[in-house]
Formats: sequence, structure tokens, C-alpha cells
Amino acid sequence: MASLKALRMRINSVKSTRKITQAMKMVAAAKLRRAQSRAEAARPYAERMERMLASLGAGVAGQPDAPALLVGTGGDSVHLLVVVSGDRGLAGAFNTNVGRFARARIRELEGQGKTVKILAVGRKAAVFLKREFASRFVGEISFAGKKVVGFEDAADVAAQLTAMLDKGEFDVCTLVYNRFKNVITQTPSEQKLIPTALPESEEDTLAGPQALYEYEPAEDEILAALLPQNLAVQIYRALLETTAGFYGSQMTAMDNATRNAGEMINKLTLNYNRTRQANITKELIEIISGAEAV
Amino acid sequence: MATFQLELVSPEKLLLSRPVEMAILPAAEGEMGVLPGHAPMIVALRGGVITVREGGQETEKLFVAGGFAEVSPERVTILADEATPVANLSRAAAEERIAACRKVLEGAGEMTPEKREAAMGRLLAAEAMLAAAQAA
Repeated sequence: MASLKALRMRINSVKSTRKITQAMKMVAAAKLRRAQSRAEAARPYAERMERMLASLGAGVAGQPDAPALLVGTGGDSVHLLVVVSGDRGLAGAFNTNVGRFARARIRELEGQGKTVKILAVGRKAAVFLKREFASRFVGEISFAGKKVVGFEDAADVAAQLTAMLDKGEFDVCTLVYNRFKNVITQTPSEQKLIPTALPESEEDTLAGPQALYEYEPAEDEILAALLPQNLAVQIYRALLETTAGFYGSQMTAMDNATRNAGEMINKLTLNYNRTRQANITKELIEIISGAEAV
Repeated sequence: MATFQLELVSPEKLLLSRPVEMAILPAAEGEMGVLPGHAPMIVALRGGVITVREGGQETEKLFVAGGFAEVSPERVTILADEATPVANLSRAAAEERIAACRKVLEGAGEMTPEKREAAMGRLLAAEAMLAAAQAA
């Protein structure tokens, strides 16, 4: 049986662990609230962008000289996966889930004989996927040093993608990230970036009076400016959802850790008290038997 | 007087959403005043100041660094790349930005024409920002 001193030290160490996990949980909760409100604030822009794109894109998509950002290169052999994850750990299975999802997708695509390239946004997915697919990496982006991820960061990623598309480095671009369902559920999912997945309400807007827009400058010029912006918006949304999901996941993980630490402390304390009592009993027996011997 | 709904959104948040009487937009091909009942349009914006008029007076001035506007008879939606009330602009920040844009342009020798154009657009937007800051 462990000595009293060793037990005391273990109890103290678990107690301080519990303090840390508790603090981390509070911090995560506060950051989650902020991340959620930022995600909500970004929604109106994305919605209106979608609406505008729907009315513009429907008219241009069928034309032979439609921009590559909208309709893709026409090929389907090189796939670029943009995998978005958190930069830090201690958030349960959050980063692993998105990594696993990406891994399954990569295997599936390669099974179909396609070439896969990976652009990792966030450190954790990069580390996870590098173990197996290091040769497919084309880039890594991390916002670990930043306090908040702004729209400019998303725009930078989008610019990088556009440049790669111009050079013909990929045909299809897919975004893999953790969709934020609510605080406790985040599901890894994918979203087509290039070719652009036009919103489904397309037909409704076409039929309505909205199709009669005038354009200044010309339609294709606006579209050429709107598409990269839309790309950035999509990425920005993924980044925001990842941030919110990360903190949600971290909060749950830390809550569990705090509870586990509490249980452990209870067990250890019980153990400690038993040992203490056993020691006292033993000493008493020694004294009594000593007294009897006299 | 008749009004229309003006919405100004930047990627980060919804900045403005209320009925106004008139808005003047810095469209890519010249300033454009919008009154209620305007024909449906989609316009690209350059860097400049959006002026809102109510009751015959300018009630709001906002600087945008570019973006798009969707105009319909009863609503105008502006998707701005970046928007700040003119009162909050600072000359120093604007000058800094101009300097940064100039630097990019100087190294523009081997850039594609589209890229140079984009950099030029940014410089013009920064200059508009400075002008707006000085006027305020």
C-alpha cells in the first residue's frame, strides 16, 4: 500500500489538475460565446452574397467561356482538399474527427485513381495527415499566433486557391471542416468550393422578377470580382465554424476532465483515510501489546 | 417622403439596416444616387464614401473599400469589403495604407495585368480613404 505521504501528494496533484481543467472550461465557454456571436454576425453577408450569386451565376453558368472559378476546369482528375482544423489540442476528438474524415476521403479518391493534393489550414490536421500523406501536401496555413481570425485571413487563403487554379494545379476543390451544429455536436463534413455549388433556390429566383437586373459594369466583370469574394466568404465561414466548434468541443472535454478529476480525488481521499486509520490501529495494537507485556 | 430599406453588410457584421430616403453610392463607373423605386441593378463599388440622406440632410457617411450593391425598388443591399464610419477614419492609417499599396505596385513589374489592376484598385481605395478622412 502506498505511503500516506505519496497519497497526499497524488491528491494534491489531481486537485491542481482539476483547477486547471476547470479554468480551461470557463475560458473555453467565454471564447465560445464570442466565437458564436461572430459566426452569427457573419451570416447576413454570406446570405446576401449567395442570393446575388444565384441571380448572376445562373445566367453565366451555361456559357462556354464561364469563369473557371464557377464551373471548374472541366476535368476531374486532380482533387484539392482544404482541411480546416484547430491549432491547439485538448479539445476531445474535435481535430481527430476532421482528420479521420479527410483520411477516408483521400483513400476513397485515390481508390478511384484520382490525384489528391492537401492544403491544411490549422496545425492539428496537418500533423495528423502528414503521418500518412506527407507527399500530397501542397501547403500549410496556421493561425496559431493570431488572437482572432479575420476576414483578411480567409481572403488570403482564397487568393492562394485562385492562384493555384489559374496555374491549373487542380480541377476540383473541396473544403473539409467541422460543421458547427450546436455546442456539443460538431460533424465533420465537406463542401464543394470549385466548381462553385450554386444555391439551390436558383430556379425560384430565375422565375421571379429578380432576374431582370441591370449590371454595371458588365455581368461577367462583376462575376469575376464576385467569385473570389464568395470563395473567401465560404472559407471564412468554415474558419468561424471551426473556431466555435473547437471551443465547444474543448468545453465539453474539459468538463469531462474536471468531473473525472473529482471522482479520482474522492477515491484517493477514501484510500488515504483508510490507510491513515490502519496506521493508527496498528500503532494502538503495538502500544497495547507493549503495555500487556510489562 | 418615401423610403427604402438600406442594408450595409461587411463580412464581419451587419452594419446598417434601416429605411432611408436616399443613398449615394460610389459605383465603379461613377457616383450613383439611389432613390426609392430604383430599377433593379447589381453594381460593383470602388473605394469611396456612401452617403445617406434623410429629411434633406446627410445623416450618415460611411467609407467602403469596395464591394457590390444590389439595388431593387424597395431595397438596397451593399456588400462592402470593409466599412467604417467616416468619423472613425484616421489620416495616419490611411497614409500607411497608401504607402503599403505603393510598395506593392512598385514591385509590380512581373505581375499579371489583372493583378496590377487589383493592386491599383486598392491604392485608389486607400487614396479615397485619405480624402474622406481629411474631409471629416
